[in-house]
Amino acid sequence: MSMDARYTPQIEPFFSRNGWIALALLSLLAFVVVPSLFVFVPDTSAFHISAYTVTLVGKIICYCIVAVAMNLIWGYTGILSLGHGLFFALGGYAFGMYLMRQIGRDGQYQSDLPDFMVFLDWKEYPWQWFGTDHIVWALLLVVLVPGLLALVFGFFAFRSRIKGVYFSIITQAMTFAFMLLFFRNETGFGGNNGFTDFKRILGFPITEPPMRAALFALSAAALIGAVLLSRHLIRSKTGRILTAIRDSETRLMFSGYNPVQYKLFVWTLSAVMCGIAGALYVPQVGIINPGEMSPANSIEIAVWVAVGGRATILGPLLGASVVNGAKSFFTQSFPEYWLFFLGLLFILVTLFMPRGIVGLVNQLRGSHK
Amino acid sequence: MNMPVDEALNPSGSPTGLGHVAGDAVDISHGTILYLDDISVSFDGFKALNRLTLSVDVGELRCVIGPNGAGKTTMMDVITGSTRPDDGTAFFGQNIDLTRLTEPEIAHAGIGRKFQKPTVFENHTVFENLELAMKADKRVFASLRAQRTAAQLDRIVSTLETIDLLAQADLPAGLLSHGQKQWLEIGMLLMQEPQLLLLDEPVAGMTDEETAKTAQLLHSLAGQRSIVVVEHDMEFINEIAATVTVLHEGSVLAEGSMDVVQSDERVIEVYLGR
Amino acid sequence: MLQGIKRAIGCALFAIGLGVSPAQALDADAVSGLASEDFATRMAAIDAIAASSDAAALELLQLLQNGEVYLTEDGQVILEFDEIVDAVTLEPLDPEPDFYDSVIVNNRMRSKLSTAIAALSLLSDDREVRYDSARALEDAEDPQLLPVLAKALSTESDPEIRALLVHTRAVLQLKSDDPDARLQAAEALGESNQRRVRELLAAMLQTDASGAFVEPVEEVREAAEKSVKSIDRRLLLIDHAARLFSGLSLGSILLLVALGLAITYGLLGVINLAHGEMLMIGAYATYVTQTIFRQHFPEAIDWYVVAAIPVAFVVAAAVGMVLERTVIRWLYGRPLETLLATWGISLFLIQLVRQIFGAQNVEVSNPSWMSGGVEFMNIVLPYNRIYIIGFSFFVLALMWLMLSRTRLGLFIRSVTQNRAMAACVGVPTSRVDLMAFGLGSGIAGLAGVALSQIGNVGPELGQSYIIDSFMVVVLGGVGQLAGTVYAALGLGVFSKFIEPHIGAVLTKILVLALIIAVIQKKPQGLFALKGRAAA
Repeated sequence: MSMDARYTPQIEPFFSRNGWIALALLSLLAFVVVPSLFVFVPDTSAFHISAYTVTLVGKIICYCIVAVAMNLIWGYTGILSLGHGLFFALGGYAFGMYLMRQIGRDGQYQSDLPDFMVFLDWKEYPWQWFGTDHIVWALLLVVLVPGLLALVFGFFAFRSRIKGVYFSIITQAMTFAFMLLFFRNETGFGGNNGFTDFKRILGFPITEPPMRAALFALSAAALIGAVLLSRHLIRSKTGRILTAIRDSETRLMFSGYNPVQYKLFVWTLSAVMCGIAGALYVPQVGIINPGEMSPANSIEIAVWVAVGGRATILGPLLGASVVNGAKSFFTQSFPEYWLFFLGLLFILVTLFMPRGIVGLVNQLRGSHK
Repeated sequence: MNMPVDEALNPSGSPTGLGHVAGDAVDISHGTILYLDDISVSFDGFKALNRLTLSVDVGELRCVIGPNGAGKTTMMDVITGSTRPDDGTAFFGQNIDLTRLTEPEIAHAGIGRKFQKPTVFENHTVFENLELAMKADKRVFASLRAQRTAAQLDRIVSTLETIDLLAQADLPAGLLSHGQKQWLEIGMLLMQEPQLLLLDEPVAGMTDEETAKTAQLLHSLAGQRSIVVVEHDMEFINEIAATVTVLHEGSVLAEGSMDVVQSDERVIEVYLGR
Repeated sequence: MLQGIKRAIGCALFAIGLGVSPAQALDADAVSGLASEDFATRMAAIDAIAASSDAAALELLQLLQNGEVYLTEDGQVILEFDEIVDAVTLEPLDPEPDFYDSVIVNNRMRSKLSTAIAALSLLSDDREVRYDSARALEDAEDPQLLPVLAKALSTESDPEIRALLVHTRAVLQLKSDDPDARLQAAEALGESNQRRVRELLAAMLQTDASGAFVEPVEEVREAAEKSVKSIDRRLLLIDHAARLFSGLSLGSILLLVALGLAITYGLLGVINLAHGEMLMIGAYATYVTQTIFRQHFPEAIDWYVVAAIPVAFVVAAAVGMVLERTVIRWLYGRPLETLLATWGISLFLIQLVRQIFGAQNVEVSNPSWMSGGVEFMNIVLPYNRIYIIGFSFFVLALMWLMLSRTRLGLFIRSVTQNRAMAACVGVPTSRVDLMAFGLGSGIAGLAGVALSQIGNVGPELGQSYIIDSFMVVVLGGVGQLAGTVYAALGLGVFSKFIEPHIGAVLTKILVLALIIAVIQKKPQGLFALKGRAAA
């Protein structure tokens, strides 16, 4: 960084000191403490962490990755996607194909084909399944399928300057259309029921504690990676251009930037992050079906970010955790009130907490000083 | 990822895509920077521009005046690619066909535009505003790797001094006064190093002192760059002593020095309202 | 088994039937054939009775069909009216038999009976009876009907019935041994609009296993081929008409749903994701109206739909206005937040309705005047669909009148075009917003009434229409009533013409892709006004 006698540009730190400490502590928790308490401490001990808890937290970590991705496109760039659930689900389906193939002949019908294909009287894998018995290809698909779809869809949408609510509505229609497509048996992904009854990854049993712990740690690593990447991106010149798109796209165009490229870049990146999150989510919860593509799921992602606080580092993490924590509480204790709660949350947050929890905390801190 | 976007956006294969940063420079060998010929634009039957023909010389300072609805803003829109003309040609120098380029491509080719209502990035600091506008490789992957050089910092700081906003460099632009925003926007245009500046009412909402200072700034720029100013403030126009073009109902009504224009019968009738 | 039921009415009819044509008594041999153990003899007996083609034969066959012709133990065929009589002579039996049983009618006999009864009914004096039997005979394949048809045609004067009979006769004559008759039939059947007839004609053009044509005469084959082509053209036309109708029907529903959206979005720039729930509220208002009518005005139940129209409008409008005042008002200028908040409202309303009415669908039935349909060529156009097409244009006309002729409409248009300027000249923009939102929601309520007449009414009713209707608004362009109309009808008809080829799901995906393609060329929607580029 260069210096000038008349003016020294300010440099925003990557994280505050507290931020780094929190990151280190969380890493310790995710990579050492939780896995050891889960795998090595016997379940009779008070320190044992149950498989249920690990799965729930692992699931929420995946949602946090999605929220970070959503924050990039909505919080910083100002583009509200109502189709991010689709990318999440596509990543899940891509890895799900590998998981289905790992079942081998252990299915109900003891066939080389997945049960649903036997049921439909199919004799061989359709073309979409080509190569999915190799984990490398499956992982590549996890990135490529959401990425390419986002690239193509985004190219046409951004090029024609579809903006604001129009874009949101079109993305909603996109995920809706895909949901209908995946509901069909002929699409080749198990129709209504999707994929389930997974047995192994790389030959290791999927429900055994070591595998669960590994998936948990992997998810945490992916989340940390996503946070670091998005932080790096936002601090770069590209990040400032993204917020400039949000604040005044016209000025940006007349300054010689092509917003289409930038939108396409962050949109595709965001979609890929969702795909990875989906691929980590599916083996942990053990099921993927077209319901994940329903418009309601995608719009819920936006609410996580809104609740936590848009365009902040912590906001999406907080939002995804709080809302999903509340969801698992409600659906267990008062299932009929969950939708009331969620509906009110949408309304109250937009009306009274436009900057989310993080904004509220900052405001309270500010008023104390 | 860059290439397909550029090609699709620019199917005509015109020479000045975003993919060509150092690309073909504007050819001003004939001494003309802007040439509008026979331009017509209509919106649902309303003729906003009616066979407008206008040319601006290299280094010229030109004022465009005209009553509301005369087509001033539409003319700016045509030059910067926001509106496509139904008819006619618009050339930047000898070689760049403006009717085939997008807004960012035109900005990149060397035309800067200031809007009537100042548009700056309100959540960015003044410094960041100038840095974003600075002439550079503005493609995605270049921006990802971009590092500020000492020379660039020096240019930003010099511009901050020129527009008198050095003290406010770290302030979010949204907190500036109206006049300061106007200047910041002009400063951003300067950072783009354009050959041609289009300024829509640059002194609206400025104090007399600020207005005088702006006039001074424009004077110092004229000669190196060509400037087209749309203004209502006659005093300001007198002050910068430019050639004046009067637009009326989408075409040129009169053109010449302020004195010549002010004594033109037709101008008096339609514009000065006598 | 003793049958104790007295059929006085049947007896009376029978007596009248005989009285009309006493000269034509039934042939005793034929009637006693019914008593035979042998199936073929009984079939022949039916033919013989039918051949007499008089009213008494018709009555007897109808009784036979109803299982009211009996056999005594010694094989006498008897009928049972006030007293037990002989089937031929109608003389009472004395003494009455202790035991008798119905004549056994198996399926093949039953089908023969229906044909025979229909054929005999062709000679009835009642036009309706003749028409119904002519319709019933359309699919008949028994060449023995030919003389009956000929007899009926010789006296029939009603053109509609004649056309039916001529058609049926031609179909039967295709099997004739006489090449001339076949030729005539093949030629005449070019006028048919039935797929079955087309297949019959096409079958004549096939070759059998030995390579010989099924129809040996070339001239007849040529006529048949010509007729097949002519029928194909007509079937295609009918097919297109049917698709056009279902397309218009879908389009009119999209239009009803999108009209309200066009107001709220065009005026307020608010994408109201709870718009679908306004439909749902309208549909439930219809359900409640129906329930009230059932309990309090059962005699006027057929008119509950008409009463539901204002009810649904008012309820949905009221809910919409409450939402505008409490939520949406505070979010103007923040469209993306509005999107989220209205989605929240939608979740809330869905759950609320679930709590009140239960999660299951509720039953809303068509009034009698909306059940059934009109027949056109050989397709049936349901009345409820026809009424909804009409209703949507009625609502469109009302809305157009309101926007162009009333003061509120003037205000709404002025606010849509330039909110700041309208406020300056004294338009109460805040009240206009409220009224407009109420109006948009009310129209959604009306759409809910329509939807309740063609589909299930459940808490998630609105969700299934909302995305499609947004597509209509996006395609049609904002602030343009005409754009909304063209887009709704266009999308409806387009979808229905594509659906048979690629299925409903792929059609939806194709429509989405096409809308994105259209927006490439026309970013403001197909029908938006071209305006000065916004800075």
